[in-house]
Amino acid sequence: MYTEQVMEHFYNPHNMGELSDANGIGEVGNPKCGDIMRMYIKVEDGVIVDVKFKTFGCGSAIATSSIATDMVKGHTIEEALTLSNKAVVEALGGLPAHKIHCSVLAEQAIKAAVADYYTRQGIDPTPIVGEIKTCDGNESCACEHNK
Amino acid sequence: MKRFVYADNSATTKISKTVLDSMMPYLTDEFGNASSLYSMGNKARAAVDAAREQIANAIGASAREIYFTSGGSEADNWAIKGTAKAMLKKGKKHIITSKFEHHAVLHTLSALERDGFEVTYVDVNENGIVNPCDVEKAIREDTGLVTIMYANNEIGTIQPVKEIGAVCRKHGIPFHTDAVQAVGNVPIDVDEQNIDMLSMSAHKFHGPKGVGALYLRRGTVVHTLINGGAQEFGRRAGTENTAGVVGMGVAIEEAVKTMESRNENNRKMRDYIIENALKIERSRVNGDMEHRLSGNVNMCFEGIEGESLLLMLDYNGIQASSGSACTSGSLDPSHVLLSIGLPHEIAHGSLRLSFGDGNTMEDAEYIMSVLPDIIARLRAMSPLWDSIKENEKNVH
Repeated sequence: MYTEQVMEHFYNPHNMGELSDANGIGEVGNPKCGDIMRMYIKVEDGVIVDVKFKTFGCGSAIATSSIATDMVKGHTIEEALTLSNKAVVEALGGLPAHKIHCSVLAEQAIKAAVADYYTRQGIDPTPIVGEIKTCDGNESCACEHNK
Repeated sequence: MKRFVYADNSATTKISKTVLDSMMPYLTDEFGNASSLYSMGNKARAAVDAAREQIANAIGASAREIYFTSGGSEADNWAIKGTAKAMLKKGKKHIITSKFEHHAVLHTLSALERDGFEVTYVDVNENGIVNPCDVEKAIREDTGLVTIMYANNEIGTIQPVKEIGAVCRKHGIPFHTDAVQAVGNVPIDVDEQNIDMLSMSAHKFHGPKGVGALYLRRGTVVHTLINGGAQEFGRRAGTENTAGVVGMGVAIEEAVKTMESRNENNRKMRDYIIENALKIERSRVNGDMEHRLSGNVNMCFEGIEGESLLLMLDYNGIQASSGSACTSGSLDPSHVLLSIGLPHEIAHGSLRLSFGDGNTMEDAEYIMSVLPDIIARLRAMSPLWDSIKENEKNVH
């Protein structure tokens, strides 16, 4: 069902844990849907110098979190904001159709962390980051669960 | 040391050597069509008849009441759709079932609902048992069928089939039971247990895949589902799957003969796992412990998600499931666990282990040697676990 890359990131996730000196923290998903991703970023001079994640969810939720942290680490926040779920899927060599929403969550989790960083800087994140599509488990939920 | 453990016998079982040997002649030299007149056909016919007898004996039926199908799903579809068509002629359009049936039953019923039938889904209690009184209360003037499973495929709970059957008999309503998980594991007597229709599947009791049977009590009016030739007493068309039914016959005979020792062996492994896994904080067993299949373990571990648990177990050589293999393509938590009242977030973290022939206590011990660490590892990654622990602190 999963590619080797997915399994490798699942068994040996990169950047797993918390970041005590994070200056941006984003969380998306909810327990009802069965996945929650929390991203911690440390931004210095506009660059994400460190990133960690914690995820409750299936194999692909953990793998997409792991690879997404790799893909933004050392990059500017502007670059991080261009990270798309498609790029995450490609980097993992593909995901089963019903698991694509995990890559959406990973993209949104990065954006949520950046948005939190801006908020802490006293900057309104919405014009820069856009709306964070987070799943609240009800009808208005933007994730794949309710589509 | 890493060990290979197959602990998903509710999904399917390994075909036994004697079963395979019994099938081989019909896959090779004795390939005749059981409906042909010449001698090779007659041999196949005799083999099919013998298998029918073996299956009838296993459930206290007569051979004439056993109809071979392609498996459990077809048997369920036939019993339900066939009865629905027949009852419609009498102006009846109401069917009673439970909330936690297998999808072969639930999805068949929702298809009938789209055709105008009405279905009552009776609740199951928090232990995963249907109350026969609830079935009786649901009966209406126009009720034409009750279908309640014998043993649940996820949590292994055994239903009061005899009592439900008695309610149906009292009201003159045919009673079907999906006994796919029960056959070979619990003693079944269709007369004593008031069963009119019963579905079974060979690969659940060490027989081959692709073959099952429907027991139809003599006189039960059920329309044909698969139309065509006159096989199966003119009620189910299709060339006899000779090798399959021969294997099924041998498998059911073996399963019934070894039932007691298997149950004893299974129960030891099951109870060992449950007793020890319950020591893991925030864990729970799902389903009644008394009325339960001997080989079924179903537990939830808070703060983790079932699929990641299964992948980690697989990495350690353990083949298990989080519920039904039939629902693994779905993102929703188990409808069975929701039906016994578990919240979504807890139902997501379920694990089903199902033991059968070939499992030993060494398997159970090996599972317990890796399970706590896997759960700890996944919880260390889980923000949900963090919030559970945070809430605990706030309460104290």
